[in-house]
Amino acid sequence: MRKRCLDTVYQLAKANKDVVFVGSDLGVGVLDNFKKEMPDRFFMDGVSEQHLIGACAGLAMSGKIVYFNTIATFLTRRAFEQNMIDLGLTKAKVRILGSGGGLVYAPLGPTHLAFEDVAIMRTIPNMTIVAPADAEEMARAMVASEHYDGPIYVRIAKGGDPVVTKPELGFEYGRAVVYREPGDVLFVTTGVMLNRALDAVKLLEAEGVSAGILHCHTIKPFDTDSVVKQAKKARAVITLEEHTIIGGLGSAVAEALAEAGLERMPAFKRIGVPDVFPERYGSQNSQFEDFGLNAPQIAASTRRLLKELSPA
Amino acid sequence: MLTKDKKIDFVTLGKNTRRDVADALVAAGRGHIGASYSLVEILLVLYHGILKVDPKNPHWEDRDRMILSKGHGCLTLYSILSDFGFFPKAEMKRFCMPDGLLGGHPEHKVPGVEASTGALGHGPSIGVGMAMAAKLNKQKHGVFVVVGDGECDEGSVWEAAMHASKHKLDNFTILVDYNKQQSYSDVSEVLPLEPFTDKWRAFGFETHEADMDHPEILLDILRKPRTGAPRAVICHTIKGKGITFIERNLKWHHKVKLTPEEIENIYNELEI
Repeated sequence: MRKRCLDTVYQLAKANKDVVFVGSDLGVGVLDNFKKEMPDRFFMDGVSEQHLIGACAGLAMSGKIVYFNTIATFLTRRAFEQNMIDLGLTKAKVRILGSGGGLVYAPLGPTHLAFEDVAIMRTIPNMTIVAPADAEEMARAMVASEHYDGPIYVRIAKGGDPVVTKPELGFEYGRAVVYREPGDVLFVTTGVMLNRALDAVKLLEAEGVSAGILHCHTIKPFDTDSVVKQAKKARAVITLEEHTIIGGLGSAVAEALAEAGLERMPAFKRIGVPDVFPERYGSQNSQFEDFGLNAPQIAASTRRLLKELSPA
Repeated sequence: MLTKDKKIDFVTLGKNTRRDVADALVAAGRGHIGASYSLVEILLVLYHGILKVDPKNPHWEDRDRMILSKGHGCLTLYSILSDFGFFPKAEMKRFCMPDGLLGGHPEHKVPGVEASTGALGHGPSIGVGMAMAAKLNKQKHGVFVVVGDGECDEGSVWEAAMHASKHKLDNFTILVDYNKQQSYSDVSEVLPLEPFTDKWRAFGFETHEADMDHPEILLDILRKPRTGAPRAVICHTIKGKGITFIERNLKWHHKVKLTPEEIENIYNELEI
């Protein structure tokens, strides 16, 4: 997914001389073609994220469209004040490309886990947040970013994720995509959780439980209308996110539903990282297992929730 | 565009600017007076002698950029911008009012203000980005960033310095308002910066020092041809300069209450 993301930046830069790439200290060979063909617009300028966010803002305030890539935690957590003031307040056209969003860097430990990135970035006025489900959706998000106003935080997943999105459903920032109409349950997903939800739906369907999926690739601005519209059709709403359950997708859905004035409120559950630092290493997938984010566990949680609703 | 006077009357301009600052301070009942008074001559040199800006077209693409990174000194910037007609002088007396244009730190929405500053250590980074963009666009304008000495405690200032040096940004100038005092105490007590000029030199900057009791020195430095490196000017200033009982008096770093007697004494010292 990261490769597709950066390849799209290269394509955009080939066609638009205002597109600039900034990296901190990325792996050897990253965007070599960009560096070779457009060296004056390729900056690999050091492990100084807070400064580089400001410098990106300065470039954007002078008419550039800036794509800045490094590890998600350092872009969001470390440089938060610069994100807030230099990007949010000034509506700078900077695209922050955060590698390793979520539990991707599980073997590297909690210093590298971006599991609260969406929560903190959501608090920044004018900030758009997108978490594509696969490389194809990433490409669509990047193409759409060229002429989009204001700063965007792009959450990049591990890569090699199964391609499950459908191009015919289109891509528009701020518009959620219905992948299945809800039945008993509505799953609301972001990022790669879409593929887990699709698998969970199959497992549940085999047992006669019908479930729908609303995929929110954009978490801000949030498509409240679609969430409320789809939630009304279900008995239970379950949010799925590779993120702390505090402040991310689950919170956004809870806020939307709580304020919607529904006559009948569906049951509601957030599935994500609980309010803890992950204590184990392993892999992204093993941490998904730790936190109940894989499809069989999602299906099991769904069964439990439905059972509580109909204790027959 | 501003025309640059050959002979600048810094004494009269200095008193007028300080009177404007006092007016705003009295109207709002608050303000960073010490930090504002220490940088009066720096900004007068820039706006009267160096910067190419156009009050009628504040977003003119080829203008020089001036970022007041030590945003708490904004009253001085506001006074000078209003002198040149970027906005009406009357706004000074609506400082910090709910519907006023001017708040306690500069914001880019104010005509003539390039960046929203006050959270310290942001201006140098934004300025480096602007200087990089100017190079990419093959534009000739300069980028000037004024930082405080206490602000140089921020690591981002030095990250920006390394970055400016790497790209040989000879269109970038940092001016340090070195009044040797910060909020709590002397810089030498809180976090010593010396050898300060050597630090900038070691970071790859062309360095200068200017005694701001003689503003013409800074004017001469800034009019010299560039040498292919970013430039740092350490401006030796006095916190609260211009009012004897405010100079070097840390109680006047940020003032929230003024007595009628203090107000009268400030205006008395600003008589021309």
